[in-house]
Amino acid sequence: MFRRERSIPLRGSAAALCNNLSVLQQRNLTHFGVVHGPSAQLLSAAPEGVPLAQRQLHAKEGAGVSSPLITQVHWCVLPDRVLLVLASHRGIQMYESDGSVMVYWHALDSGDASLVQAVFARGIAASGHFICVELLTPDTSHRHCHEPAQGQLLSAAEDTFVHIWKLSRSPESGYIEVEHCHGACVPDTQVCGARFCDPSGSSFAVTGYDLAEILRFSSM
Amino acid sequence: MSVRTLPLLFLNLGGEMLYILDQRLRAQNIPGDKARKVLNDIISTMFNRKFMEELFKPQELYSKKALRTVYDRLAHASIMRLNQASMDKLYDLMTMAFKYQVLLCPRPRDVLLVTFNHLDAIKGFIQDSPTILHQVDETFRQLTETYGGLSAGEFQMIRQTLLSFFQDLHIRVSIFLKDRVQNSNGRFVLPVSGPVPWGTEVPGLIRMFNRKGEEVRKAEFKHGGNYVAAPKEGSFELYGDRVLKLGTNMYSVNRPVETHMSGASKNLASQTQESIAPNPLAKEELNLLARLMGGMEIKKPSGPEPGFRLNLFTTDEEEEQAALTRPEELSYEVINIQATQDQQRNEELAQIMGEFEVMDQPRRITSKGDDLLAMMDEL
Repeated sequence: MFRRERSIPLRGSAAALCNNLSVLQQRNLTHFGVVHGPSAQLLSAAPEGVPLAQRQLHAKEGAGVSSPLITQVHWCVLPDRVLLVLASHRGIQMYESDGSVMVYWHALDSGDASLVQAVFARGIAASGHFICVELLTPDTSHRHCHEPAQGQLLSAAEDTFVHIWKLSRSPESGYIEVEHCHGACVPDTQVCGARFCDPSGSSFAVTGYDLAEILRFSSM
Repeated sequence: MSVRTLPLLFLNLGGEMLYILDQRLRAQNIPGDKARKVLNDIISTMFNRKFMEELFKPQELYSKKALRTVYDRLAHASIMRLNQASMDKLYDLMTMAFKYQVLLCPRPRDVLLVTFNHLDAIKGFIQDSPTILHQVDETFRQLTETYGGLSAGEFQMIRQTLLSFFQDLHIRVSIFLKDRVQNSNGRFVLPVSGPVPWGTEVPGLIRMFNRKGEEVRKAEFKHGGNYVAAPKEGSFELYGDRVLKLGTNMYSVNRPVETHMSGASKNLASQTQESIAPNPLAKEELNLLARLMGGMEIKKPSGPEPGFRLNLFTTDEEEEQAALTRPEELSYEVINIQATQDQQRNEELAQIMGEFEVMDQPRRITSKGDDLLAMMDEL
């Protein structure tokens, strides 16, 4: 069973995007990243959800060009460093984990691409020494956000529900089995991001479209 | 973001505008022939072929300011005038209504059914005008052609683009509050019961498959919602039962249109940023706007047809009061045309805008709407 904990206010509401929440645990602090639109909001909180610093990050562009809309913000934990990755319709930008310095920039080639079949970047993940970013045309759509922790899976959808599932392997058949552990309704909220906040899966955070706060839950 | 969103945004907002105007024309006891003329003129302008051609070109969404300018012109396409306060309220209602419809769509594709609902109702307004009817049917055909073959993913992109446009709008609408589809904090109620989207199953079943794709185990779980199967799919044909009620006319003479201009949205930072920060795309957007409006043919009223002023409020005093007390962060600043440097472009734009001058008769009624026209004339 999970109960609601104190929410963390955001300066801007969360955009209606898939996987619109990234969480990074560093020492005693928890960092959250949420896309608002043309900016990503980064904030850090102490235990018990006490908010500390908050900053907005815009995907940098050339002079005279408006900021593109960000499609995802995600911390990538690599063996020797942590990078903050911003994906947008114009490309991919990587920053130091606190968003202070940009270390890499890859622009999507929009020269030849016809406007009608737009390509955009989304789906950021770290694997070993690599950072993977998916380049998509909008034919892949999914509404659930998944995050594994200790054999548990967290899913959230626009139907206002967040679910926690337990994954296990059957000793007899060897097949993967799924069991539903807990469901929580976030009233009148189109959930767009959900992440566990610790490796044991005893707490998680949720964002919702148009909601200017990060909701927190912890197990009782 | 999807570059196919503008037609859906424009047509649905236009549909809501017509519902509201129709209700107010009747509430204000405007004579039938005048009311019909107003609706006919607006609808005929909206569905003008050249205008539709521009609209359907793949392009980014305009800013709220730019779109508001288009509807301002559209509302004044006939003998009817609106003060700024009434125009503001009209636009508030239009946007909140369509935001609600987009949010509540069961499937992203259902936004097309919402659009068809609006078009069906529009056809009802112009039953005795075969020319305009033909224009609307033509637009229907164009919608089917543009959107009929899109995948679920592309509709999801369109939905996200629309939701991005409506982000942070929490104006409370009286009729929504009464019907309990909106909370007092301005957020819409998302029901967790009722039919599931067409093509999906009622949640509550876990199915496990082996490597060969054979189902090996089933388990039930309590989802938390109270859903039932969808009875049938709405029709995407020219005529048919849309099944979905979103996008149908919720106003009637007995249900007045009211808004509460409350500071319900606590996070105004993002809103103020949009209206105060200089828009680097002002020039580009103006070009698009000019092209779009260039396709908008506004007929000059022939003969001494006297104009009239429509009030979205119950009394003139209420309208004045609303104008004075409108919160700063909710003001729709019209495009700052003076921002452009290009003299030639200014002149072109002035010419196009000048062609929209509707009123030939003297302006007996002083209205805030005059300020808007005057500003455009100042170029």
